[in-house]
Amino acid sequence: MSTLTDPPNESFRLSMLINDTRYRSLTFQVIAAIVLALCIWYLGNNLIQNLRAAGLNISYAFLGDSAGYDINQRLVEYDSQSSHARAALVGVLNTLLVAFLACITATIFGVIAGVLRLSNNWLVSKLMAVYVEIFRNIPVLIWIIIIFTIMTAVLPGPREFRGDDATSSMLFDAFAFTNRGIYTPLPWFQNGIFESASMNWLLVLAGLGLSWVAAHQINAWANNKQEATGVRPKTLLPVLAAWLVPFLALTMIMGLTWEYPELKGFNFTGGIKVGGPLIALWFALSIYTGAFIAENVRAGIQAVSKGQTEAAAALGLRPRRVMNLVVLPQAMRVIIPPLISQFLNITKNSSLAIAVGYADITATLGGITLNQTGRAIECVLLLMLFYLTASLVISMVMNVYNASVKLKER
Amino acid sequence: MKKTVFLGALTVAGLAAGAAAAGTLDDVKARGKLNCGVTTGLVGFAAPNANGEWEGFDVAVCRAVAAAVLGDSTAVEFVPTTGKTRFTALASGEIDMLARNTTWTFSRDVDLKFEFVGVNYYDGQGFMVPKELGVSSAKELDGATVCIQTGTTTELNLADFFRSNNISYEPVPIETNAEAQQQYLAGSCDVYTTDASGLAATRATFDDPSGHVILPEIISKEPLGPLVRHGDHEWGDVVRWSLMALIAAEELGITSANINEMAAGTENPEINRLLGSEGNLGEMLGLNADWAMKAVAAGGNYGEIFAKNIGEDTPVGLARGLNAQWTEGGLLYAPPFR
Repeated sequence: MSTLTDPPNESFRLSMLINDTRYRSLTFQVIAAIVLALCIWYLGNNLIQNLRAAGLNISYAFLGDSAGYDINQRLVEYDSQSSHARAALVGVLNTLLVAFLACITATIFGVIAGVLRLSNNWLVSKLMAVYVEIFRNIPVLIWIIIIFTIMTAVLPGPREFRGDDATSSMLFDAFAFTNRGIYTPLPWFQNGIFESASMNWLLVLAGLGLSWVAAHQINAWANNKQEATGVRPKTLLPVLAAWLVPFLALTMIMGLTWEYPELKGFNFTGGIKVGGPLIALWFALSIYTGAFIAENVRAGIQAVSKGQTEAAAALGLRPRRVMNLVVLPQAMRVIIPPLISQFLNITKNSSLAIAVGYADITATLGGITLNQTGRAIECVLLLMLFYLTASLVISMVMNVYNASVKLKER
Repeated sequence: MKKTVFLGALTVAGLAAGAAAAGTLDDVKARGKLNCGVTTGLVGFAAPNANGEWEGFDVAVCRAVAAAVLGDSTAVEFVPTTGKTRFTALASGEIDMLARNTTWTFSRDVDLKFEFVGVNYYDGQGFMVPKELGVSSAKELDGATVCIQTGTTTELNLADFFRSNNISYEPVPIETNAEAQQQYLAGSCDVYTTDASGLAATRATFDDPSGHVILPEIISKEPLGPLVRHGDHEWGDVVRWSLMALIAAEELGITSANINEMAAGTENPEINRLLGSEGNLGEMLGLNADWAMKAVAAGGNYGEIFAKNIGEDTPVGLARGLNAQWTEGGLLYAPPFR
């Protein structure tokens, strides 16, 4: 007689880690993790031992020491007595400034070139093809140097503005284009409401914010009216007034005046100076990355089915409106993900700034500070941390934007 | 696969660690070639000539050391370094010694763990301006734009000088001397500042050297000399005494013309010890007895090297000044060879 028994209670055996598919993948992951940890431990240990053998150590104390060098472009207060940390901050801000400016202009160049490359006009589309192929196939460092060299060679030096028989003169007596940069008038408030200039500017910005809200309200009101009655009231004048009246009133009250650049001693003084290195770097990064963005835009537009264009045209929309209302919004979901990469590239490529003497983070912390203190490992780690953080933040912001414009399926 | 890569990485890391520990002198002998760091190009001090051979005042030190160690002054691999890369190149062992108008400072010696073996040129930081600006003193440079090589002591001296004189300036940082020259000539900076010898060397290459003046102020002490890594004292001694041999040779009247004759033996025991016909100085260094003779024969004594590369008869046109022998009112002083 046979009796039915429960299947034996399977006990866990070590060989199951390899033979049983339930555990096998886990086993290999654990092994890989251990090997990775050992690798990192070995390399770190090697570094520490070698540093100790050379009598060196890792220390960030140097960041608090006085830097001792000057920086030509600074967005915050800085002089040679400031700390290395402060110098690094100046560099960080300079990097962010040029990256921000270049991201905007590169996008503008890219969208224009990408759209025009699909133009039916043979000459225009071929010109754009030439632009894209030339600029994206030559390294950006070479473009930076070419543009900077042309600027210094072609534009006159300040000394050519001097004397009675000056060979150069200022444009409208307000703008000076020199090989050291462009000097423009600086707006400032004679009797500002606050002590500090930046607070006054914030006030103006706040005013503009209010104007934006007001203009938005007017448009909303006009939309409601149109929905209700079918007739859209004229909004141009009220919207203009909402923008201009507060702005003009604010600037009148605070007494807006301009400080003009003047040739004094060796250089122009007063006004705003946009340095040659910044211009060269900004422009080079813009046209170089713009060529890549143009291809992204072209790909995005071509990804939109031709039927969409034809359907829009059949509705009677003119070509420009077809592009703006039908094609580009759909193309965005193809364009934005690679656009994020291009923005990251701009930020990282700005580290080539030292080639033209622009004081970005690589030039201050990773260049002069590293050299003066000899703390190479510490400085490079900080640099990596900065670029990693900046890239992740850009990535995150752009991904949020991408999520907001991507095709919404119900 | 994974295992192989890991073992490979271990081997490479192990080898790298091993290489750093061995003596540089043995490494150089085994390699048969000296890796010497020089500038990326400064006429008179270190620059490749029309045939692509490096020559100049700093290059001569490299050649003297190679001749002392390997008996062959051409067994040198010249590694061009910028102000920024020079110390990393030396610390990482990419080069055995650095002969690149590098200023001997406390922090480089103590904090960066390098060993300066001596001074081959006593210099000071100066300013060069175009004559047409009509500037006669550095104190009139308020508001000027100054081209400067980054990562050098000149950068710090410049900031100190302007701050202590309460005048302002705008720095234009550049990487190499060639770049500085281009910027300065294009007028995108009013002033170029670096060591006075470097200014003279740069000016010598201009189309119109007389259109530029070097201002009288010398704002710093810049003792320039070759350096090696800390901790390898045998190698440090070899480089130090090779340099000293060049200086002593001038003092003792040994020139490339009479060196063979003198090496046979003279009345002067110090010359005999130096050139190896007496005593065992070479053996103490771990070199052949004729090490100093080879070093001096490579390019002549200090005075000959100076005259040939940067002296008054060359386009660089530097006077001996502080770099004359101590017996002639200068600072050059080689410790006794005994």
